[in-house]
Amino acid sequence: MPKEPTASSESRAASSARGHALVRLGGVGAVLLCVVMAFAYAGGWLSPHWLTPARFIDAFERANGVPPPAGFRRNHAKGVCATGFFESNGKGAVISRAAVFAPGRVPVVGRFALAGGQPLAADAAQNVRSLALQFRLADGEEWRTGMNDIPVFPVDSPEGFFDQLVASEPDPRTGKPDPAKMAGFLAKHPESARAIDLIRRRAVSSGFDNDTYNSLNAFRFVNASGVSIPVRWSMLPVQAFEPAEPADPAPKNVNYLFDALIARMHRGPLQWRLVATLGQPGDKTNDATIAWAGREKMEMGTLTLDSIESEDDGPCRDINYDPLVLPAGIEPSDDPLLSARSATYSESFRRRAGETKAPSAVTPEEVRR
Amino acid sequence: MSADPKRAAQFTLPARLLHWVMVAMVVAMLFIGVAMVASLGSYHALVSIHRPLGIAILVLVVVRFAVRLRGPLPPFLATMSATERRLASASEYALYALMFALPLVGWAMLSAARYPIVLWGSWHLPPILPHSPWLYAALRRMHTVLAYILFATFVAHLSAVLFHALVKRDGLLRRMLPWRA
Repeated sequence: MPKEPTASSESRAASSARGHALVRLGGVGAVLLCVVMAFAYAGGWLSPHWLTPARFIDAFERANGVPPPAGFRRNHAKGVCATGFFESNGKGAVISRAAVFAPGRVPVVGRFALAGGQPLAADAAQNVRSLALQFRLADGEEWRTGMNDIPVFPVDSPEGFFDQLVASEPDPRTGKPDPAKMAGFLAKHPESARAIDLIRRRAVSSGFDNDTYNSLNAFRFVNASGVSIPVRWSMLPVQAFEPAEPADPAPKNVNYLFDALIARMHRGPLQWRLVATLGQPGDKTNDATIAWAGREKMEMGTLTLDSIESEDDGPCRDINYDPLVLPAGIEPSDDPLLSARSATYSESFRRRAGETKAPSAVTPEEVRR
Repeated sequence: MSADPKRAAQFTLPARLLHWVMVAMVVAMLFIGVAMVASLGSYHALVSIHRPLGIAILVLVVVRFAVRLRGPLPPFLATMSATERRLASASEYALYALMFALPLVGWAMLSAARYPIVLWGSWHLPPILPHSPWLYAALRRMHTVLAYILFATFVAHLSAVLFHALVKRDGLLRRMLPWRA
């Protein structure tokens, strides 16, 4: 430690020491300023154009026009709860050490929903349908997944998703999305134009019960020897496929898809086969707009859903179906959408958790009928 | 106590080691926390560090508080006024309280949201609160507010230490240096 100048020094020396002290005080200030600015930078306050989970969810809210009723998910807002179990056939243990793939049963809390952020929107056959599942493993581990009934995802990156949301914001003058904006989005994102074309040409089933739900994003399955392979999974209905009616002959009940599911479930349990599509070396795991055709498939077990409840008093209401809640043996791939989905789902959950939920479109009375 | 009266005695070796290890952990935690809530692509990677690191801080702060209660403390420097001493003590207790409360609130809020509290692989903690979105919303907000208070307290602590080390040059920092000084 350097010696301080003594009090008996000449006044010139004392004044110079005071000068040095001021410089050092300035140094202290500079260090503190750097620390605070680094913190502000990390938090995104210095970068108003960063795409953050909050700005993403703001865009979802704007795309849905009028503020939606409180307490709902910002996307896939209209849904019902369904519970049952998954019975593993044990074959999956070869490719994943996840306990859910050992032979046996695991309870499941699921949710059927329609894509979009309007919880009171009328059902429409062309609307994307989803099935989210929470597998409750014996020791408290969980596997959550959100699957859609489309063959590929319409975007390959969070930026693409955001651009699509902005392009689908309703024009304040017409109350409808501006077709020019959507055309601009498709021109900027040719991968989305290709994917949306595939999605439009899919075979649309008549209801939730005979629909196929796909993970879309790739994940990695890791087995007991540590071997990791890329995988996408699907839930294939045991119920026979029936096509949706080509055109709506007459206006239908606003909840007709949900009502049909409720009626079907009251007649007996519904089942799906969990099938893994195994990626080949060289398959891109970071592009959900591309289908994996002709890959090896592995049937890993059967999902049985035998009970249905309104979201208002059902067990799925307070679950955030974050696709990165994974058991040991299933890991995220390098698909950038996965982390972005996890982040935005959490932001949506954070917002709705603090709101008093308005009644759902599908009421408890409607489900009990 | 050192034989040289001008020379401030140091904190005990375990106290000094815990201090510097926790400086690295807590500062990393504050930056990871504020970055992850603003991040899409790195969100998952950052959360996967944030959770186990927070629990490690919770464990270490308990150990550290026990060490703090047992070990002898070096006396305050003569250069510190009575007010400065009171402020130093208050900020020390505030830091202990925050380092304890933040991970506990984090654990509680994840419990209320029924997120599995995964530390590593299949190793996870049990929930400590019932499943309640209302509790989650309140605790999630509290987690943010406490984190900002911790950052402010850390900056205040850093300012005081830098002021003593660089401007007053009274050897205050020597009391906490990891080596014998």
